[in-house]
Amino acid sequence: MSNFIFGRYLPGHSWIHRMSPQSKLLLSFYFVIVIFFANNGYSYGLLSALIVFVILMSGVSIAYFLKGIRPLIWLIVFTVLLQVLFSSGGHVLWHFGPFSITDQSLINGGFIFIRFLLIIMISTVLTLTTTPLAIADGVQTVLKPLKKVKFPVDTLALMLSIALRFVPTLMDEMETILNAQRARGVDFGSGSLKHRVKAAVPLLVPLFTGAINHAENLSTAMEARGFSDSEHRTKYRLYKWQFRDTISWIVFLLVGGLVLVFRKY
Amino acid sequence: MQNIIEVNKISYNYPERSLLFDNLSLNVREGEWLALIGQNGSGKSTLARLIDGLLVLKSGAITVDGLPVNDENINEIRNRIGIVFQNPEDQFVGATVEDDVAFGLENRQVPREQMHEIVEKSLKSVGMWQFRERIPANLSGGQKQRVAIAGIIALHPKIIILDEATSMLDPQGRNDILQLVRDLKEDNHLTVISITHDIDEAAGADRVVILNQGQIIDENTPDGIFAQPQRLKQIGLDAPYPAKVIEALSRRGITSDKQYMNDEELIAWIKQLVSRM
Repeated sequence: MSNFIFGRYLPGHSWIHRMSPQSKLLLSFYFVIVIFFANNGYSYGLLSALIVFVILMSGVSIAYFLKGIRPLIWLIVFTVLLQVLFSSGGHVLWHFGPFSITDQSLINGGFIFIRFLLIIMISTVLTLTTTPLAIADGVQTVLKPLKKVKFPVDTLALMLSIALRFVPTLMDEMETILNAQRARGVDFGSGSLKHRVKAAVPLLVPLFTGAINHAENLSTAMEARGFSDSEHRTKYRLYKWQFRDTISWIVFLLVGGLVLVFRKY
Repeated sequence: MQNIIEVNKISYNYPERSLLFDNLSLNVREGEWLALIGQNGSGKSTLARLIDGLLVLKSGAITVDGLPVNDENINEIRNRIGIVFQNPEDQFVGATVEDDVAFGLENRQVPREQMHEIVEKSLKSVGMWQFRERIPANLSGGQKQRVAIAGIIALHPKIIILDEATSMLDPQGRNDILQLVRDLKEDNHLTVISITHDIDEAAGADRVVILNQGQIIDENTPDGIFAQPQRLKQIGLDAPYPAKVIEALSRRGITSDKQYMNDEELIAWIKQLVSRM
């Protein structure tokens, strides 16, 4: 499962790595919102250029990003096909029953494809260059206002950080279970849908049992290490807002502004 | 020597189970290495959890360093005791090595600047400083246990409990961890309680206590305990793997002159046998 990118932080010292997680998190959200304002070739081109630039700045090999798309490829293909076959307007190029392909729907399909790609890329940049702990810390800062309404922000952040930390562990366990079942002759790749779902049960049961065991042992270990509640703790790491964060915000805001301008064309 | 832990006539049972401990008493002397051995379900780990206040006694009392284990003293008690658990994966809370060592310090609200100093010192003392930025997925089991030990040393405890801490490691990793704990014990004047299935680990202790169905059935120096392998067997103690191999071979008429060997000795002996065939 090494192609599973989420929760696999790649250590590094690039510009992006050294940004504060708070601004990376907010910029990612901001970027996703901006994507939905893009409506033509100019704006999509501009956003794609920005993403390529960000990827280059992250110093992470592009192969990692392409691997990140693989698990989602069917979702993307399905959505794009839906868009291409069912949207109307423009010259009809081909039609069959309820399906029709127009020049407009092809363009829309292309945009949807780019939109997916952009969202996956920005979130991959975030998870590849930010430690799970830093992401959790970013969430904690971003959600801080909710403390006023007694929302357990600190607990949520700790839960998130532990969940992210255990993603590779559970992935490895999944791999082990998969291989163990394969060695016993279980075939996961073929047969009817019903057969495949049935084959997944012996995977999920040990995986869940394992996860619950981990949780129980971890809670004991945390208690033994003096954990009582997530409010009254000091922090080992300090993520300061830096000059590079300001620069990044300026670039992203500028791009966002241009996308709004391009809408009119 | 003074007792650092006094377990006085305790009884305990898990919810809806029969009594595991009934009137159990045990003293641990300051500065000793005590090995606690026994079958699965004999109550070894439970005892460790009771001492650390992770479970609540039904009756009796436990004192640690003069402090009775109760809700009021729980933080003080846990400052004095560090536990290394069995599964290296399940005690690694932090995202990276250094964050994990800092976890216990954060819980105790140590100021940030101090924390960084302590983390560096602790990681250096276990030889993991150069791995400080690694994530747990990129560490071996032995390295994770080292990190767990650094997290404990960071808090300057008086007692380290190894709760089958080496059972999931390979022989080399196991020896390294034990040597590390031995060194740290000397340097920091620690008391060590090692709960173990590993006869080699128990053989290095100052004193061995055998627990069977919640009762202490024997207490002696390692030599005294291991001089009667048949007796160990009678109480159902799982013989170490080399001992099983030796026994299986002797049933087929291949006998060795030594009663007990560790893994390396066994490998050397088998190689010798094979070369003579």
